[in-house]
Amino acid sequence: MTTRVVPKIMKQGRLMPLLFVLPAMLILTFFVVYPTVNTIGLSLEDAEGELSAATLCIEDQPCWGIFENYRRVLTDDVMLRAFRNNALWIVLMVTGTTGLGLLIAVLVDRVKYEPLAKAVIFLPMAISFVGAGIIWGFVYDYASFGNQTGILNAIVTGLGSKPIPWLTRGPWLNNICLIIVGVWMWTGFCMTILSAALKGVPAELLEAARVDGASEWRVFWRIIVPMIMPTITVVITTMVVNVLKIFDIVYVMGGGRPDAQVIATRMYQEQFVKYNSGLSSAIAVILILLIIPVGYMNIRRFRQQEAMR
Amino acid sequence: MSKKVSNTLKRVPLHIVIVGLCIVWLLPTFGLLVTSLRPFQDINETGWWTVLSPRDPEDTDRPRLTLNNYQAALVGYRGRRTYAEACLVENPDPSCTGTGLLSSQGMGKAFLNSILVAIPSTILPVLFAAFAAYAFSWLDFRGRQFLFVVLVGLQVVPLQMTLIPIYRVYTQLGLNGTFLGVWLFHAGFGLPYAIYLLRNFIGSLPRDVFESVYLDGASPWTAFFKLALPLATPALASLTIFQFLWVWNDLLVALVFLGGTTPVLTYLISNMVTSLGAGWHLLTAAAFISILMPLVIFFGLQRFFVRGILAGSVKG
Repeated sequence: MTTRVVPKIMKQGRLMPLLFVLPAMLILTFFVVYPTVNTIGLSLEDAEGELSAATLCIEDQPCWGIFENYRRVLTDDVMLRAFRNNALWIVLMVTGTTGLGLLIAVLVDRVKYEPLAKAVIFLPMAISFVGAGIIWGFVYDYASFGNQTGILNAIVTGLGSKPIPWLTRGPWLNNICLIIVGVWMWTGFCMTILSAALKGVPAELLEAARVDGASEWRVFWRIIVPMIMPTITVVITTMVVNVLKIFDIVYVMGGGRPDAQVIATRMYQEQFVKYNSGLSSAIAVILILLIIPVGYMNIRRFRQQEAMR
Repeated sequence: MSKKVSNTLKRVPLHIVIVGLCIVWLLPTFGLLVTSLRPFQDINETGWWTVLSPRDPEDTDRPRLTLNNYQAALVGYRGRRTYAEACLVENPDPSCTGTGLLSSQGMGKAFLNSILVAIPSTILPVLFAAFAAYAFSWLDFRGRQFLFVVLVGLQVVPLQMTLIPIYRVYTQLGLNGTFLGVWLFHAGFGLPYAIYLLRNFIGSLPRDVFESVYLDGASPWTAFFKLALPLATPALASLTIFQFLWVWNDLLVALVFLGGTTPVLTYLISNMVTSLGAGWHLLTAAAFISILMPLVIFFGLQRFFVRGILAGSVKG
């Protein structure tokens, strides 16, 4: 990998560098590496983490031996629902945040009040998911009759329709309503990164294309998008990881409804409500298996960057 | 029509789209703020956008805006009157028991807890990461490059993956429900990203600077404290803000390791949502109290915040 060589003069024997690195490495080993390995072990054991998961098998019933927890996770209805929901989250939230982020970055690039507009879009990023949950819980508020205090239902009833129970009508509407909250929070993140990349596109290139008569639409798709493609990829992969791990919004706003679960909330439930560490560890392992490809892409990108330094 | 005017007209749709998006983005938060300032009778009867419209003459003795919700949220009063009417009188309401600025169901105590959690949880990882980042940049040791690649990979390990084993170890060590446990957990979890970000910055400092101090006979400690740290201030600031907000806004770690014994803001609010009895007037006030700190940091230090995101962008 990196060819950046430390000057000879700075070689400090064996002990000194260790003193710098060791504290961080010890903490990391204990809090990240050890638990990861341990979770894999627990996923092959029973609810208490004492006996092999194979002992959970019932005669004459399908069984995967020590992978029994995985069989249960992968055949459980609520869990499959959670996988599907998480997939929906990924598709809608990643395209939503990246698409809107790019659109806003391109648009505000052309106006004088760019910093202000960007600050407004970016603002929700600083707020906790819990805070956002309250903010949007109020937007989605639903009363079956009488005055609507939620703004969405006030608009809906104002237009003459019946109020809509946004957060309790499954399986699509409630999930989409939660995803909108996620998009609201994370678009600013995507916009910030994409906007920085946009400033790196040479202005002469865009001018030349415009002089040649290319429409703005063409300039965007043929020049801007290809030029910032590496950054778009970074944003998308980062968002995919974030959405795979999504927890707080669903925990606070989903109301524990089975049709609004995602992977992380299922894992939390198995461990801290049902006290089944075998099942919840299996869910955690599946989660990291889904994330590993992204981790690999990060390492590959990092090596390419290092090679260019 | 002159060219200038037609150009301006052509840009009108652009402005409409941008301003429209900004309004959509702000409206939910603005609604929260207005709601939190209204008397609770009003909140449940009419939408927040009617705050300035004419009212029923019977209700006119009520103020349109009030700080009562904030007072009730801070002391943990969940009754149906105002805190002053119910509790600050000679025969307090039964629902006043256990209220007060230091009550465990009040936002006041939770705010304090959040600060007590967030400050060490920020300082520890930033400090350890700075040491490690310096070594990864300017010291030579075996496995340096391999370890760093591992670090890049570790950034994506989900929090969920580590919760269960750590919870079990903490139970044995008696660290569940303690601040120390949460500080260490956040330190461990913040490290991969923190080291990565700082190493990118410290590693790109000019080499001559370090060479010259070494030639002058300085030890790595001197070079680290007198040179690397001061030069890395912008990166340190970004990282500090990022980590602080991350911890401040975290729910999952607080939920698992602190729970109800020492509730932080996020825990208390999510608890108010799931347990019935706390109406919108309390929830909105509580939510606004919890986002106050992020908002202040955001507006005060936006520059560093944005830089922190640009430098790493793989945290979560």
